[in-house]
Amino acid sequence: MTGPNWSLILQQVMVVGVLAIGQTLVILTGGVDLSLGTVMALGTIVMTKFAIDNNIPAPLAVLAGIVVTALFGFLNGSLITRLKLPPFIVTLGTFNIAFALTQIYSHAQTVSGLPDFMTAWGNTFKISGTAFTYGTVLMLVLFAVAWYILKQTPRGRHVYAIGNNKEAARLVGIPTDRMLLVLYTIAGVLYGIAGWLLVARTGVGDPNAGQTENLETITAVVLGGTSLFGGRGSVVGTLLGAIIVGVFRNGLTLTGVPSIYQVLITGILVILAVATDQLSRRKR
Amino acid sequence: MTTQSPTPVFEARKLVKRYGSVTALDGCDFELLPGEIMAVIGDNGAGKSTLIKALAGALIPDEGEIYLDGKQVHFHNPIDARQQGIETVYQDLAVAPAMEIAENLFLGRELRHENFAGKILQLLNKPRMVNESIGHMKDLKFNIRSMKQAVETLSGGQRQGVAVARSAAFAKHVVIMDEPTAALGVKEGNMVLDLIRRVRDKGLPVILISHNMPHVFEVSDRIHIQRLGKRAAVVRTKDITMSDAVAVMTGAKTLEGQAAS
Repeated sequence: MTGPNWSLILQQVMVVGVLAIGQTLVILTGGVDLSLGTVMALGTIVMTKFAIDNNIPAPLAVLAGIVVTALFGFLNGSLITRLKLPPFIVTLGTFNIAFALTQIYSHAQTVSGLPDFMTAWGNTFKISGTAFTYGTVLMLVLFAVAWYILKQTPRGRHVYAIGNNKEAARLVGIPTDRMLLVLYTIAGVLYGIAGWLLVARTGVGDPNAGQTENLETITAVVLGGTSLFGGRGSVVGTLLGAIIVGVFRNGLTLTGVPSIYQVLITGILVILAVATDQLSRRKR
Repeated sequence: MTTQSPTPVFEARKLVKRYGSVTALDGCDFELLPGEIMAVIGDNGAGKSTLIKALAGALIPDEGEIYLDGKQVHFHNPIDARQQGIETVYQDLAVAPAMEIAENLFLGRELRHENFAGKILQLLNKPRMVNESIGHMKDLKFNIRSMKQAVETLSGGQRQGVAVARSAAFAKHVVIMDEPTAALGVKEGNMVLDLIRRVRDKGLPVILISHNMPHVFEVSDRIHIQRLGKRAAVVRTKDITMSDAVAVMTGAKTLEGQAAS
């Protein structure tokens, strides 16, 4: 593994990594978010079209994109807490809704010619000869913040309690529904930030992006040791899981394996990861 | 002739609760004196759970009043009741199995550091929570290897002990325990009874709901017998036999000298 390879891996992991923070939060509460990829894509289309078509200043356009993804997170959270619908079904629905809205709004066309502000996270700096993007630093900072809140603050422990025994959390006074709503909304904000990083890396707004990230993030989360049943795990594990998937894919690309096989391998990895989680649960 | 009796710590007068055409509580009275363990027994459908839920703040009665230390109180939800010093140990324990003992003890009431990190960044004071947990366990003479063990690694009786310790640590007026020895073997059941006695010895009166008559007779000071939505009798445990208590519960017998509710 050479320097440029690590740099490439981290760049690819950058977007999936930030998405996976949101997925970790949701899975820790016993839920799942299947909509994150297409919600992110919708955010990127909003950002880029606002800037290009409507000449809105880039910072405001980016903010608008993040507001839209946050609203989708809020929508997910509302349907799950108010109407008591299962997260799997709700986010499957919003996955499709976001995808359709993205295609409709963009007329299925990529948006390019973006202002520099939007691609700034893709700029690189060098540490002993290896180039890193600023976006990677942002991803690591977000992971560190998420780790701190989850492990070192009361509200973070409440997230685990909700996933482990929601009724117990409610009986000790934790506002479970309100926290879930806030959590899904925060996840939405993270998807918007991931979209900004994606735009920075690729230089375009792509309406077809985001279709496989739901499974990729679930793979990273489960590989990292977080249980799909909620209440156990960590974001640090997710970061490692995302890097493992990144290394795998990088390795496959380097050896010239066509990208469709990467999809196959990812599918196998998800099943292996879930199976390992299940087996370790049975031993408990 | 009335005898001087101490002010009840917790009292309910003429509670009524209806569910449609079913009257679960029909003018029910209740009273808990300081420093006692009061067992509440009654057959299914007698209104036992409804009474306890009203006392614990989990439901709001249609009529009647509740008094805590002589002052009337209204509980809008269980958290309300908790804030006024009433802790409840639920039948399913309300613990998070994957989390540590100390974390469960302080769940919802976590301690933070006193400094900037604690106040602004919300940094948890984990060492202090562990130390205080050790202290609470010692208070109840409850031996556990480590406060950092996950609750799911404990036996049923030990888990019950954690739930009891939590309520004893934070209760200011009353501890309510719902079937604490159900599903426990003989040895663990006795261990929990010991814990209940020590909670009382700490100065906290206990309301104990139980179907286990031997346990009721072993540990309680008085027994409240619930029947048909009312208090059928309240007696000192040593003034009644087990078979008479069951007879009053089922209606086969009534006791003289019991005030009509």
